[in-house]
Amino acid sequence: MPRKAAALQKKIRILVAKPGLDGHDRGALVLARAFRDAGMEVIYSGLLPSPEQVAQMAVDEDVDVVALSLLNGAHMTTFPKVKKFLEKKGGERIVVVGGGIIPEEDKPKLRRLGITGLYGPGSSFEEIVEHVRSRVSKERWKD
Amino acid sequence: MLRGGKDPYWGKKARSVAEGRSRKGTLYDAKAMEQVREGVKQWEKTVYKEWTDDRPEGGREVQTASGIPVKPLYTPADVADADYSSQGFPGVYPFLRGVYPDMYRGRLWTMRMFSGFGTPEDTNRRLKMLLDHGETGLSIAFDMPTLYGYDCDHERAHGEVGRCGVNVSSLRDMEVIFRGIPLGEVSTSMTINAPATVLTAMYAGVAKKQGVPMSRLRGTVQADMLKEYIAQKEWAYPPEAHLRLVRDLMVFATKEMPLWNYISISGYHIREAGSSAVQELAFTLADGFGYVDLGLEAGLKVEQFAPRLSFFFNSTMDFFEEIAKFRAARRIWATVLREKYGVKDERSLHMRFHTQTSGASLTWQQPLNNVVRTAIEALAAVLGGTQSLHTNSYDEAWALPTEQAAEVALRTQQVIAEETGVPKVIDPLGGSYYVEWLTEQLEEDAYRYFDRIDAAGGLLKAVKTGYLQREIAENSYRLSKRVEEGKDLVVGVNKYAKLEKEPIDTLKIDFRAQRAQAKRLAAVKRERDEAKVRAALAKLEKAFENDDANAMYPMLGAVMRYATLGEVMGVGRKVWGSYKEPMLL
Repeated sequence: MPRKAAALQKKIRILVAKPGLDGHDRGALVLARAFRDAGMEVIYSGLLPSPEQVAQMAVDEDVDVVALSLLNGAHMTTFPKVKKFLEKKGGERIVVVGGGIIPEEDKPKLRRLGITGLYGPGSSFEEIVEHVRSRVSKERWKD
Repeated sequence: MLRGGKDPYWGKKARSVAEGRSRKGTLYDAKAMEQVREGVKQWEKTVYKEWTDDRPEGGREVQTASGIPVKPLYTPADVADADYSSQGFPGVYPFLRGVYPDMYRGRLWTMRMFSGFGTPEDTNRRLKMLLDHGETGLSIAFDMPTLYGYDCDHERAHGEVGRCGVNVSSLRDMEVIFRGIPLGEVSTSMTINAPATVLTAMYAGVAKKQGVPMSRLRGTVQADMLKEYIAQKEWAYPPEAHLRLVRDLMVFATKEMPLWNYISISGYHIREAGSSAVQELAFTLADGFGYVDLGLEAGLKVEQFAPRLSFFFNSTMDFFEEIAKFRAARRIWATVLREKYGVKDERSLHMRFHTQTSGASLTWQQPLNNVVRTAIEALAAVLGGTQSLHTNSYDEAWALPTEQAAEVALRTQQVIAEETGVPKVIDPLGGSYYVEWLTEQLEEDAYRYFDRIDAAGGLLKAVKTGYLQREIAENSYRLSKRVEEGKDLVVGVNKYAKLEKEPIDTLKIDFRAQRAQAKRLAAVKRERDEAKVRAALAKLEKAFENDDANAMYPMLGAVMRYATLGEVMGVGRKVWGSYKEPMLL
């Protein structure tokens, strides 16, 4: 399956985004650099886009992954909103991962919505990059 | 500093600090110093070398968290010839050893714990409880919509009301927060930046209703917009517009609220964003000089406003580097204000600062270890001579702190204060060869940054081009990589890690605050005199459009008529637009 192999090897395009009223961009900026050094094409949303703007950006930029970062406690409303707008705008195949300050009990609910990763401060780049890669290849296998 | 100007002062200063260390001085006898130098050489060549040759694994990479290489041993030869006048005495220029003559012997630092959550009623209850326990210094945290200047019913506020602090959408909320609290008798610190002018106006408004004159109000607003662009990233308008509002606040408060500390120049967020100690020191002080320039441009004298400026630093894990940073900060501030700005009044040379332990140093893994981290960081702040201190709770890598965790954090300070004996002697690490050497090294590095910022067109330009932000992001990435590669070790994260998760109880906040706030805001809008609100907002808009006006007066008028936070901030959005930061990748 050469076509599939090529698809699987295609560079991953990832949008690192901070939806919502949250200026804590340290994690997002560091991860953007780590994804870049791991060979991905990285787009950074900048600060303060709305969930809808993030979804629009993801669709317009034709990314494989949206990596959401929030440290302000609003992830339970904001992350699902991004997911919803992605589905509305034809980005239902875009993988959504997230991270920040996410309490343990919120994680199952987010995972059920297909928002995975959910790493906290101090997580290893290797683990995060691996998680993104594996979710993207699973998605690409479906083709 | 604010606008740049290629001032040769900064470079000259950096060189003179560097040269100072190899210059012959008066502290030590020249012959004895020769012997020390010779002794060090001998020791390195023989005792130390023989020992370490047999133990190569002892040769870890040694540098401070800022990346400053450090030797295994410091002796008088490293600080030797510092003339003692550059160290001096507590309460005396250049204040290296402390701003007050008796430091903690007379009065301990203020244990100021930041709080605020949910509805104004929740916060009012918490504040009253603290007052009942003998606190006189209140410190209020606001939620994200308030910090960005949106009302609780704004689309952007959904899910965020009351989460990270209390929500304020109009004067009515402030009336509730301070209900039953006599504003003439307490001092209130409000951690607020972009809407600092509005919240100051609201605070003055509540006082007016309580019959307390503005001139008696004591407290602090953060209002440090420069560091917002550099690190915390909570702005509403472009930098020039926010600086103009800070200027208006300086001029207004100097005249009307002489006890109000109107800028708390903050390195805390710069550090949390991933900077090094050197960058925190340099960028924060550069901001400080920027505000001095701003005050001068507004026609004030430094002596009129410098005593109203205070600082806010981070304390994190590289113990000695942190202590050296606090000491260096005091000496740089006093030195530059005296030498470059010609300030004579001693009180204007005091760098008074608040410290908070580092949130970023806390790990979600093995959270109880954070108690220990916080204790060490708090100790560094005390040894550095802080005026007040907030200690973080061990559960903050997970969520807002629970009451129990917050109590342990406060107790940590109390143990340092009451049990360790550390407060008994002023600046007890002064004279440590290592600490004095490192203090000077940090100063030299800070002066080099001032020189670079000034040469690059000044602070405002450095912010708008993203120079400072990128410097921080690069350092932050460097630090993360060092942890990833095992060069820096974090207990429970990349060493002594355990697989199992230890669930801890965390504080839950629900949607109750959002609903209650929306309801009150609707009532405020129903009950107010709409025509008067419109007229007040129109007056405010005129003031915003006229750069020579002082917007504080019409702002006070608008909030007194219950124009909402979002409406007042909205006038600025209309006049100045919003701001998109430069690309930081």
